[in-house]
Amino acid sequence: MSSEKQYIDLYCENRELIDAHSAPAMNALREDALAAFQTLGFPSRKMERYKYTDVATAFAPDYGVNLKRFGFPVNPYDAFRCGVPNLSTSLYFMVNDQFADKASTRPHLPDRVVIDSLCKVAKEQPELVNKYYGTLARARKDSINALNTMLAQDGLLIYVPKGVVVERTIQVVNILRAEMDLMVNRRVLIVLEEGAQAKILFCDHSMDGHEFLTTQVSEVYVGENAHLELYELEETHTRNKRFANMYVDEKRNASATIDSITLNNGLTRNRTDVSLSGEYAEVNMYGCVVADGEQHVDNNTLIDHQAANCQSTELYKYVLDDKAVGAFAGRVLVREGAQKTVSQETNANLCATKTARMFSQPMLEIYADDVKCSHGSTVGQINDAALFYMRQRGIPEEEARLLLKFAFVGEVLDSIKLDALRDRLHFLVEQRFRGELGKCSGCGPNACSTR
Amino acid sequence: MLEIRDLHASINGKEILKGVNLTVRDGEVHVLMGQNGAGKSTLSNVIVGHPAYEVTQGSITFNGKDLLAMKPEERAHEGIFLSFQQPVEIPGVSMVNFMRSALNAKRKYQGLEPMPAGEFLKLAREKRKIVELDNKLANRSVNEGFSGGEKKRNEIFQMAMLEPTLSILDETDSGLDVDALRIVAEGFNKLRTPQTSAIVITHYQRLLDYLKPDVVHVLINGQIVKTGGPGLASEIEKRGFDWIKEEAGL
Repeated sequence: MSSEKQYIDLYCENRELIDAHSAPAMNALREDALAAFQTLGFPSRKMERYKYTDVATAFAPDYGVNLKRFGFPVNPYDAFRCGVPNLSTSLYFMVNDQFADKASTRPHLPDRVVIDSLCKVAKEQPELVNKYYGTLARARKDSINALNTMLAQDGLLIYVPKGVVVERTIQVVNILRAEMDLMVNRRVLIVLEEGAQAKILFCDHSMDGHEFLTTQVSEVYVGENAHLELYELEETHTRNKRFANMYVDEKRNASATIDSITLNNGLTRNRTDVSLSGEYAEVNMYGCVVADGEQHVDNNTLIDHQAANCQSTELYKYVLDDKAVGAFAGRVLVREGAQKTVSQETNANLCATKTARMFSQPMLEIYADDVKCSHGSTVGQINDAALFYMRQRGIPEEEARLLLKFAFVGEVLDSIKLDALRDRLHFLVEQRFRGELGKCSGCGPNACSTR
Repeated sequence: MLEIRDLHASINGKEILKGVNLTVRDGEVHVLMGQNGAGKSTLSNVIVGHPAYEVTQGSITFNGKDLLAMKPEERAHEGIFLSFQQPVEIPGVSMVNFMRSALNAKRKYQGLEPMPAGEFLKLAREKRKIVELDNKLANRSVNEGFSGGEKKRNEIFQMAMLEPTLSILDETDSGLDVDALRIVAEGFNKLRTPQTSAIVITHYQRLLDYLKPDVVHVLINGQIVKTGGPGLASEIEKRGFDWIKEEAGL
């Protein structure tokens, strides 16, 4: 039996149940998604975009699903107490794909800003969802999109209306919680209307030692003159598989900063697809990956310069230890007519052991003739001269290695505009390199890691 | 303090040191001279434990302890310091972090608590004055963007912070203008005590005018072939090395 069949069967046998526990806006796209998934199947590694991650194998095991929407007993505050000191956030929790309504403190938000369960809003205020849902993340474009659209029943909606500035950082903690191996299909919709501004921090945690398979499809609309800062921090565990597709569309004069930080995981595949569809739009993408053991992190990005006078920067850094595998494929596409594009793409990697492997593939595709674009990639080892210099000064070898690795990713962390978050991440990354992340005292048992 | 006996060492299978004998006592400053490729830097690298060099024969003891059995960091903790010919740039590691890690590692080795941050910064400020190093450099990454002169002054600053008992200055005078040379040399002199010793590698008399060495050695083809007083250095400056080679029958 192929990996696809169990998911097709799952859907076909549970159509009514899935629909009954979801919303019309989401249900409306399922049949189309099924057709797309049947056509596409899971991508083989012959497909350029999926060259570095074996998708079919990851989806082959039989995971449980929670189609009936049982609530797993969890007190998010027990699971996750390590907030970001000195960063006052509006805190929300997602347990698997469910918005943890009771747990959230309902922080005071500016008028008409909505942060809620996607399914609930889709029923109560369909006009906020219908217009956007499934328009960027088309099922026919990608198998993960198709599978997620077919099965996802809920998720998160963040809506900031025209001209509204949300000063406080919105922090969403995604907690994976189960009593068996579980598949989670989560959907995220973020809409910043014209002139809106928001800073959003996602933290991924897994609470139990069970295996998790997560698909997450996010659609992010950044309207004219709107500004978004989006930070994603993954701190799950080695039995977690994450397939996350994010589609961002930026209109005229919009700007977005997208930071993706993978500190602890099992298998991670992030696809980030940014369209600069309006003139003078800007995107800054940063990525930081720290992996060891047999962890696998694959970041696949596309920056699509559709309009003229846009700017993009991309900087991803990986530190790989043990037998970790890293992959980065970043494609920058400058379309015909996207004149005066300025784009810079860098991927730098440190393989700290001989068995760690890194695949790096920066790509630049230009169809306009008046642009300034650059791309580059490096894979290196720890600098022996620096290491010896430090040891000669009395710094023990292990400590010196740690300082060098830490220094390497420091450049990415320094890009974080929120001071408190930057400090916190410096601390977490250092802990990670010291192998102490699992001992984080702020969290409840098993919250951060069961390594 | 330092006893080197019949030291043979090689790099990539090529023997560079071919039986070096050297004794440095407390408070002495020794000068090591010799043509390029004679083995001066190899000797200093072997003393500090550079992993690229292999000791094939002989011994080095430091205050009675077997130095060759120690890791580079342990040798540093025991009080050995090398002022690098080419100080390494370490982007992303701040001078402050670097120095604090080094100092506290040594304190740990000595059974002391880490130095409180305030005390550390005060100490660093004082020591920086010795070599007239700009305080602004403290916030930069180690040696990154430092001028040649600043790098060398930074080496002596680190020496001042770590208070070694044996310092090795490997061409610390190279690339320095006369003012910078004076600052570095005077800084070094301020740090001297009757208990601290040094091995100075140089090609030039001008540094030695400041340092007033006790003993001068000439290293040729991996061996010390001549040892003399301070006058030997000025003689070499005038006459070169050929006469020493002839004398030694090389």
